[in-house]
Amino acid sequence: MSERIISCSAAIAEVLTEEMTRDERIFIIGEDLVYHGGIFGQFKGLPEKFPGRVIDTPISETCIVGAGLGAALTGMRPLVDMHFADFVTCAMDEIANQSAKIRYMFGGQVKVPLVIWAPDGAGLGAAAHHSQSLESWFVHTPGLKVVVPSEPADVKGLLTASLRDDDPIIFFQHKKLFAKMGPVPEGEYVIPLGKAAVKRQGKDVTILTYGSGYYLTIEAVKELAGLGIEAEVIDLRTLKPLDFKTIAESLKKTYRAVVVHEACLTGGFGAELVARISSELFDYLDAPVLRVATKDVPIPFSPPLEKFVLPSVEDIVKAVRQVTYC
Amino acid sequence: MSDESNTLLSLYRTMVTVRKFETLAGELFAAGKIPGFIHLSIGQEGSSVGVCSILRPDDYLITTHRGHGHVIAKGGDLKRMVAELMGRKTGYCKGKGGSMHIADFSLGILGANGVVAGGFPIITGAGLSIKLRKTEQVAVCFFGDGASNRGPFHEALNMAAIWKLPILFVCENNCYASTTKTSYACSIIDIANRAKGYGIPGVSVDGNDVLAVRHAAAEAVGRARQGEGPTLLENKTYRRRGHFEGDPQRYRDQAEVVEWEQKNDPISRFTTILMKKKILTKDLEREIAAKIEADLKEAVEFAEQSEWPKPEEALEDLFVNP
Repeated sequence: MSERIISCSAAIAEVLTEEMTRDERIFIIGEDLVYHGGIFGQFKGLPEKFPGRVIDTPISETCIVGAGLGAALTGMRPLVDMHFADFVTCAMDEIANQSAKIRYMFGGQVKVPLVIWAPDGAGLGAAAHHSQSLESWFVHTPGLKVVVPSEPADVKGLLTASLRDDDPIIFFQHKKLFAKMGPVPEGEYVIPLGKAAVKRQGKDVTILTYGSGYYLTIEAVKELAGLGIEAEVIDLRTLKPLDFKTIAESLKKTYRAVVVHEACLTGGFGAELVARISSELFDYLDAPVLRVATKDVPIPFSPPLEKFVLPSVEDIVKAVRQVTYC
Repeated sequence: MSDESNTLLSLYRTMVTVRKFETLAGELFAAGKIPGFIHLSIGQEGSSVGVCSILRPDDYLITTHRGHGHVIAKGGDLKRMVAELMGRKTGYCKGKGGSMHIADFSLGILGANGVVAGGFPIITGAGLSIKLRKTEQVAVCFFGDGASNRGPFHEALNMAAIWKLPILFVCENNCYASTTKTSYACSIIDIANRAKGYGIPGVSVDGNDVLAVRHAAAEAVGRARQGEGPTLLENKTYRRRGHFEGDPQRYRDQAEVVEWEQKNDPISRFTTILMKKKILTKDLEREIAAKIEADLKEAVEFAEQSEWPKPEEALEDLFVNP
């Protein structure tokens, strides 16, 4: 399969064009889609290619998600654009009480092929209402699948898989990733949900990360290599289902782990990883598992404040040195 | 017997079925045979049956915590309903839903919903789906006066109005939202007036007059099928039971309940009309009652003889592809 270097946004447009051509039940619904091409331009060109299947809505998040759900229950395969992940709060009932539970509470009578696209993350000076990373809320809600891609190729493969899946999925993509460039396979490319990727081999420590944390991690890994520490990097890609097998295989080799995520520390997905590692891999551990995450405050506006609360390359290097006693 | 007489008798039969089902559910609950909570629609049969009587099998319906009547009126299976109320494996949801979560997707019943106003966003999607698939289906959202005070009401009516979705929003104004009087919680008397804010038709009818409900619903559904958009229909009725079975009802005088029961019972009113028209006779009335009672007895026996779900089945049905 040949690859070219394209942006994440281009990869998204490619997937949606292919999938909407393949399956006429797929449509996109959300705010600012038709004229603006999505708030991050990720849907540019699609309204013209698929008239009537890219639908602008009023600012009504509750009903945007609910409309996606109702359509999913009645034969369609919607992609709901949340605009900013932060606005999931306006549709929490539709996501957590309805989409997540409908198949289960009705005894498996119905499929819910619904993808909720939620651009998340900080670092753009967007302050407390446009910067959050909220994946752990949804991991904690049985019935939802949670996808958090990092590189453009992952976005392509995971978005394709998500659009073809029959379960409700919340797809968190960091806002900064839309412009990221990277090699992306041409043609059909599917990454199965629930498969982590070992993106760098190493023997000294395993760094578990996803989403924007991946980019900090690969920077940190270069510094660590200079110190003689070879880190293995696992990009989890989907948090639910979680590929714990890949995590376990790596830890049985490195005996040490650090978790890196942009969501805030307390109750974040790192806590779940640390809990599972300590309960299932305790005998393999040579050091406590550390977490690198955002400090427990809302995301502040001013650049020095924002930079201070977000995790940094230095934080990762420090944590790895601590667990490797280096 | 003429087609019209058959239709009227069918309405009557369904109303009595709902009444007897609800009465039975109350008895089973009191006897400790139904776990959890149940919310009964006794006295509201004119609304559920009147509206559903004009729906096609492929039309969609979404309902509320007080939804047994709507499910029955749309053709729900009594055995599977009783079994679900009793938490059995043979129930509609294999015992995972209970009274507040009965659905039958094969009948277009998108489910009862435990969240007040939870149906509005979903029915909007069903309406949108109909429009995208270019079918002539219609989607009906039953809700109470209480739900009309929640935000999703606004978003859904606006969205349905701008896109002219084939939706019938049916407010069953039964005078109480849980323990709170509608007159306290709503600043207007006719909830149908809220339709004006969305530029759609709003109609208030006597919800205990099944024929008035049927007539209003038929007009609204006809408009919806022709692409003329949604309607807000308000069926004015009265909740004769507590919010839930066991509700001490400190918020009202029982004389009020008795008055509605004696003077404005939808089944008694309809019975009088049918008797006058000589469509219903005392004998036929007894015959219909006996048949429904036999069906319900059979449903209870079916449920009681059904297996409980195995505990570990609690882990099934979450995902299509786990």
